[in-house]
Amino acid sequence: MAEAAATPAWVLLAYLIAGVCFILALRGLSNPESSRRGNITGMIGMTIAIVTTLATHQIASLPEIFGAMVIGGGVGLVTARKIQMTAMPQLVAAFHSLVGMAAVLVGAAAYLNPEAFGIADMVGHIHQVSRIEMGLGVAIGAITFSGSVIAFLKLNGNMSGKPILLPLRHPINLGILVAILGLIAYFVTDQGPWVFFTIVGLSFAIGFLLIIPIGGADMPVVISMLNSYSGWAAAAMGFTLHNTAMVITGALVGSSGAILSYIMCRAMNRSFLSVIAGGFGAVSSGADAAAIDRPYKRGSAEDAAFLMKQADQVIIVPGYGMAVSQAQHALKEMADKLKAEGVRVKYAIHPVAGRMPGHMNVLLAEANVPYDEVFELDDINSEFAQTDVAFVIGANDVTNPAAKTDKSSPIYGMPVLDVEKARTVLFVKRSMGGVGYAGVDNELFYRDNTMMLLSDAKKMVEEIVKALG
Amino acid sequence: MDFISILSIFVLACFVGYYVVWSVTPALHTPLMSVTNAISSVIVVGALIASASAAVPGSKWLGLVAVALASVNIFGGFAVTQRMLSMYKKKERKDG
Repeated sequence: MAEAAATPAWVLLAYLIAGVCFILALRGLSNPESSRRGNITGMIGMTIAIVTTLATHQIASLPEIFGAMVIGGGVGLVTARKIQMTAMPQLVAAFHSLVGMAAVLVGAAAYLNPEAFGIADMVGHIHQVSRIEMGLGVAIGAITFSGSVIAFLKLNGNMSGKPILLPLRHPINLGILVAILGLIAYFVTDQGPWVFFTIVGLSFAIGFLLIIPIGGADMPVVISMLNSYSGWAAAAMGFTLHNTAMVITGALVGSSGAILSYIMCRAMNRSFLSVIAGGFGAVSSGADAAAIDRPYKRGSAEDAAFLMKQADQVIIVPGYGMAVSQAQHALKEMADKLKAEGVRVKYAIHPVAGRMPGHMNVLLAEANVPYDEVFELDDINSEFAQTDVAFVIGANDVTNPAAKTDKSSPIYGMPVLDVEKARTVLFVKRSMGGVGYAGVDNELFYRDNTMMLLSDAKKMVEEIVKALG
Repeated sequence: MDFISILSIFVLACFVGYYVVWSVTPALHTPLMSVTNAISSVIVVGALIASASAAVPGSKWLGLVAVALASVNIFGGFAVTQRMLSMYKKKERKDG
């Protein structure tokens, strides 16, 4: 443990300060006003960590390191500037995969050159505790990487959002998981390369296998879960390197992702295990064939414009469909026109609307919708009863009243927005045929107070804007 | 530092994380994910240590690749978070 004695106190302190900066960065997010300052604190923390590391190590070749940072940083900055806000879930998934891969590479580098990390004894044997930490770190990192790659492909549309169900997937996954844990235990007694690289290989495989059976709309849970994993991977690496900044950050990110997964699961009334088991919504077609013939009211853009103009209050309920058709800017224009007519306009957001936590809020913010007009489920649900028009755009399952009444429905018990309590419900939907993600018909379509606006979301909103004059 | 001190820091940080994250407003959950992405790339510290040492070339190159990947995340993550956060605005009060 020569390295522990050699580390000066100021270095330990610097890493601690970096960790505290990261805590403050997250703390800032409690309010949009303080969030920007928080983000800058985060950048300061990262700078402290990097500078401290560079200042305290013998560096063989600074230009190479600098080059790697410039290349990576450049790619990152350009992507951050160019990315469309609707593509944010894919971007976050891609970023997760990079954290995972970086953890694997650092783990592998530490395995090949343990002396540089101060985790080996005189004869080149890696400390036994470090082997466990390293094994866990690369395993979690590899799972994060391959899982995030699949999540990215599904979110980006390169791969079908439908669950892919392999036969015997549960025993296979369980078997691989047990094998990984067994190998990590065995790694303590034998630090041979085959053990290390088998752990990495199996972990890549299980990350892939875990995510392919999970369907598109369960992505909010998946992406939060991978967020959590990336944190645990960083924490495990922090244990290996005895670095407080990494341990603190890993713990923060790990718990952040875990809490987000919990919030998402609660909003769908599903257990985390059932989401991870996958396959939800895979058996959808067939049962609803009879329902399609039921009578419903269909309206035009002019009808919708007339109804909303007369209203005192309109609540807009956006969903994934709004993101797909990029309707947020047209929607804001519509809201402005209505406000000019003296109508109160609010937005109601379900926690699982969209493909990642907070997805809808970002899109509305992008369209310049003030954040104090945007409300969460619990804060606005009681207001639908006093609302003249609920305008549902691109959301489906989160408005389904069956979740409250029909015990046989797969979404029974899920908290939903009480849109049906509004005097009139305007429901923008591409066609009557399709069902929501859960594969259930929405009772709401056939109610007397519902008017279906069948069209592409953006086109419909633009027509309404025109009709509003 | 010995294992127990690091473990203590880790456990306490988990609690800090738990309380801090629950106080994050749901409207900012997407920026939360992108900023956690950026900060978890503090793993770059490990990558820098690996790439600083020339003793084992393989290890050095793995480290350099890891530095590049983590840099994508650090710069990209903070920048995209800042871009998102700058979009959140309050209602403009333009009375009269």
